[in-house]
Amino acid sequence: MSLPACGRSDTAGPSADAGSPAYGDTLVEASIGDISGLIPNITSDSASHEIGGLIYSNLVRTNKDLEVEGELAERWDVSKDEMTITFHLRKGVKWHDGEEVTSEDVDFTYHYMIDPKTPTAYAESFRQVRKAEVVDRYTYRVTYDKPYAPGLLSWGIWILPRHILEPAWKAGVDLRTTQQNRRPVGSGAYRFVEWKTGEKVVLESNHDYFEGRPYINRVVYRIIPDPSTIFLELKAKDIDMAGLTPIQFRRQTEYPAFQKAFHRYQYLANAYAYLGFNLLDPRFQDRRVRQAIAHAIDKQEIIDGVLLGLGRPAVGPYKPGTWWYKADVKTFPFDPERAKALLAEVGWKPGSDGILEKDGKPFSFTIRTNQGNLVRQQTAEIIQRRLRAIGIDVKIHVVEWAAFLNTFIRKRDFEAIILGWGLGTDPDQYEIWHSSKTGSEELNHISYKNPKVDELLEAGRRTFDQAKRKAIYGELQKILAEDQPVVFLYVPDALPVVSSRVQGIEPAAAGISYNFIKWYIPASLQRYQH
Amino acid sequence: MLPYLIRRLLISIPLLLGILCLSFLMLKLAPGEPTIVQQDLEARATGAQRETLRQLYGLDKPIYVQFGRWLTRVVRLDFGRSYSPDGRLVLDKIAERVPITLGLNLLETLIVFGVAIPLGILSATRQYSVFDKAMTVFVFVGFATPDFWLALLLMILFGVQLGWLPMSGLRSLNFEYLPFWGQVWDFLSHLILPLLVASVGGLAGLSRYMRGSLLEVIRQDYIRTARAKGLPERVVILRHAVRNAVIPVVTLFGLMLPGLLGGSVIIETVFAIPGMGQLFYQSAFSRDEPVLMALIVIGASLSLLGNIVADVSYALVDPRIRVSGKGRD
Repeated sequence: MSLPACGRSDTAGPSADAGSPAYGDTLVEASIGDISGLIPNITSDSASHEIGGLIYSNLVRTNKDLEVEGELAERWDVSKDEMTITFHLRKGVKWHDGEEVTSEDVDFTYHYMIDPKTPTAYAESFRQVRKAEVVDRYTYRVTYDKPYAPGLLSWGIWILPRHILEPAWKAGVDLRTTQQNRRPVGSGAYRFVEWKTGEKVVLESNHDYFEGRPYINRVVYRIIPDPSTIFLELKAKDIDMAGLTPIQFRRQTEYPAFQKAFHRYQYLANAYAYLGFNLLDPRFQDRRVRQAIAHAIDKQEIIDGVLLGLGRPAVGPYKPGTWWYKADVKTFPFDPERAKALLAEVGWKPGSDGILEKDGKPFSFTIRTNQGNLVRQQTAEIIQRRLRAIGIDVKIHVVEWAAFLNTFIRKRDFEAIILGWGLGTDPDQYEIWHSSKTGSEELNHISYKNPKVDELLEAGRRTFDQAKRKAIYGELQKILAEDQPVVFLYVPDALPVVSSRVQGIEPAAAGISYNFIKWYIPASLQRYQH
Repeated sequence: MLPYLIRRLLISIPLLLGILCLSFLMLKLAPGEPTIVQQDLEARATGAQRETLRQLYGLDKPIYVQFGRWLTRVVRLDFGRSYSPDGRLVLDKIAERVPITLGLNLLETLIVFGVAIPLGILSATRQYSVFDKAMTVFVFVGFATPDFWLALLLMILFGVQLGWLPMSGLRSLNFEYLPFWGQVWDFLSHLILPLLVASVGGLAGLSRYMRGSLLEVIRQDYIRTARAKGLPERVVILRHAVRNAVIPVVTLFGLMLPGLLGGSVIIETVFAIPGMGQLFYQSAFSRDEPVLMALIVIGASLSLLGNIVADVSYALVDPRIRVSGKGRD
C-alpha cells in the first residue's frame, strides 16, 4: 500500500556538510515530569515509556509505516484457524547482564501482566489468551478463544527479565519496590546508567545490541517541570530535542540562529480531537442534529485560529497515512444554511430571540472540557460562536481533569464534551465505539449504540488478514462519518525539533524516533566528550 | 518558663491532630482519587483493574477507617509507600529532597537577613533621603514582582542572550568530569539565579520591617539620653538602637522555620530544582496521598514548633516579655 509522505523537514534535505556516521556524543532531552519507574509495564506516563522503550525490547513492534514487524521475535506464524500465534525468538540476544533472552522471559512477562495484583493498565488483551506455552527455549505459543487480531500487537509489550524478577514475584514482593524499577536490566539499544530523582536519567549505548551498536553514545533525559524553562534551555542549545507548541513553531523559532541550530519537523500526531454528544440526551439522538452541528462548525477555522494552521481536519477516528485510513467518506463542509435546514427538518424552528425552539424549549446546551488544555478551551469558544450563528445557545464549562472524569464523564452528566483520543498502532477501537462498552468505567462514554458498528468492530478483531481488516475498518469509517456520533474536529501536528548536529533522521508515518539507533552526529559536530 | 513551654507543647498535640484530621478530610473530599490518575488516559484500562488498585491502597474502606489506619502508622513514624508507580517509601522520597531545599533556603535566609538588616538601618537613619525613597520604590517593585516572571526575565538575559549562567538544575551534565574547583563553581553558578529571585521578595519585606523597628527605637528616651551624653552617632545607632530594634526582626526567624523545609513551588519548578516544593506540587497533582499527608504532617509540626520557638526566643531576648510571661504562669 502506498503512504502519503506526511513528514517534512524545514530545511531542504540534510545539510551538505552532513559528514559520515560516527559513534559518540550525547543527546539531551527534557521531560516535564520525573519518570515514575523503570518497569514501563506498570507505568502510564509518556516519559517512562519513552525511556523504557530504549532500555527494553519488545516481542514485536511497528515499523516506520506502522506495520507490524518482529523485534525479539524473528518471525511468527498464525495458525490456520487464526487462534494461535507462534513466536520464534531471535537466538543469542542478551540481557544487559549477559544472560540470554529466551521464551521463559516472555512467559514470565505474560504471567506478570495477567496477575491481578499487578497494577498495570495493559492486562486486558493478555487476559484474552486461553493458553500460553513455552514450546522450547526460542519458541513461544499463545492460543486465544477466538481469533483476536489486536493480540499480535499487544505483544509489543516490554519483555521483562525473568531471572531477575521471578524470585521476588514468587515471594509476593511488589515489583515496584525492586531494584529493577530503579536500576533496570533490559535487552534494548541503551543500558541504564543512572537516575537522579527529579534531576535526570542517563542511558548509555548497548554495544552488543542485536541490531547493532547505536551511534549516539549517551542519552540524557533532564527533568524540567516548567515548559517555559525547557523552551529557554532549547534556545540556549542546552537541550537537543523537544516538542514545540504551535505558537513556538510559528512565532518564536522563526529566527535564523534557531533555524541553524535546529531542524524542525512537522507531521500528524497520533491523536485527534472531537466534539462528543451525550447520546442518552434525546436531542442528540437524531443524527440529522449531529450532522447539522457538523455543518455549522468550520474545522479549518479552528485549525487556523487555535493550531495556527498546524493540523488537519479530521473526518473519522483515524489519522491519515495509516494503512487502514479511508479518505473518501462523507464530509460535512462548513455550511450554516444546510445546518439550519437539517435542524428545521427535525423540528427546531427559530424563536423570537433567534434561538431555535422545539416544543417551546430553546436549543441550549453546555460543552464541558478539561482545564489545562488551552487548545480545547479555545476550540470550544469558536464552536460556541458558530453554533450561536445558527441559533443554538452554547455554554462552556471548564473543569479540572479529575473532577471532569469523576463528576461528569463517569456519571454521564454532560450534554457535550470536547476531548481527544490518542491513537494506537492497531485500528481496533472496540473499547470506544462498541455498545457493550458503555458502563460507567468504560470508554464509550457518549453511549453510542449501532448494531452495524458493533458487528464491524467484532469482525475486525477476528481476522489477521490485512486486506480484509482494511475493508472492515473502511466500512466502519464510512458509517461513523455518516453517523457523526461525535464531530471529528482535527488531527494536530506533532512539532518536534532536533539539534542540527544530528543526522540520519527520516520522518515517516511513525514519526521520527523509530530509527533512533541510526541517528548519528558526525565527528566534527560532536559536542560532549563523555 | 519551663511550665509555659510544657503547656505550649501539650496544647500543640490536639492542635496537630485537628490539622491532620482536616487535611485528611479535605484530601478525601477533593474529587478524583489516586487510581484515576494512573488509569484514565489509558484506553485499555478497565473498571475491574481500578477496583484492584482501590483494594491495594485500601481506598475501598470508609474514610474513618482509612484515617485510623493511617494515624496508627504515623505515630510510629511509618508514612508508608508512595502511590506513584515507583512505590518507594515516602520517607525516602522526602529524605533525598530535604538537603536540597534546606540548603537553598538557609542560604536564602542568610542573604535576606544579611542584606535586609543593613538596608533597613540605612533607610531608617537617612529617613526621607534619596536613598530611603529609592529603597521604598525597590521594596514596592520587589514585593509586586511575580517570582516566575522575574525568573524568566533573568533566564532570558543571563542564560539565553548572554550565556553567562546556567538556567536550570543544580549541576551541569559534565559535572563528574570537572576538577574540584570547577565543580564548586558549577554548583554555585547554578544557585545564583534561583537565590537572586528567591531573595528579592523576602528582602523587600524584611528591610521595611527593620526600618520601621529602628525608627521606633530611635525616638525612645534612652536614645536621646545616649546622644545627650555626647556619644558619637555611630555608637548611638549601632550599639544602642540597632540592638533593640533587631529583636522583633530576629524572632521572625522562628516563623520562617516551616518555610525552610517547605520549599518554593515556583522557584523549584521554574529552575528545575528537585526539592520539597516540587514534590508537594507533583504529589498534589497525582493525588499521591501518602506523600501529601507526610508533607502536611511535617509542615504542620514545623509551623506549630516555629510558633513556639518564636514566642520563646522573643521571651529570651527581651526581658520585658519574660517578666510578663511569668506573670501569666
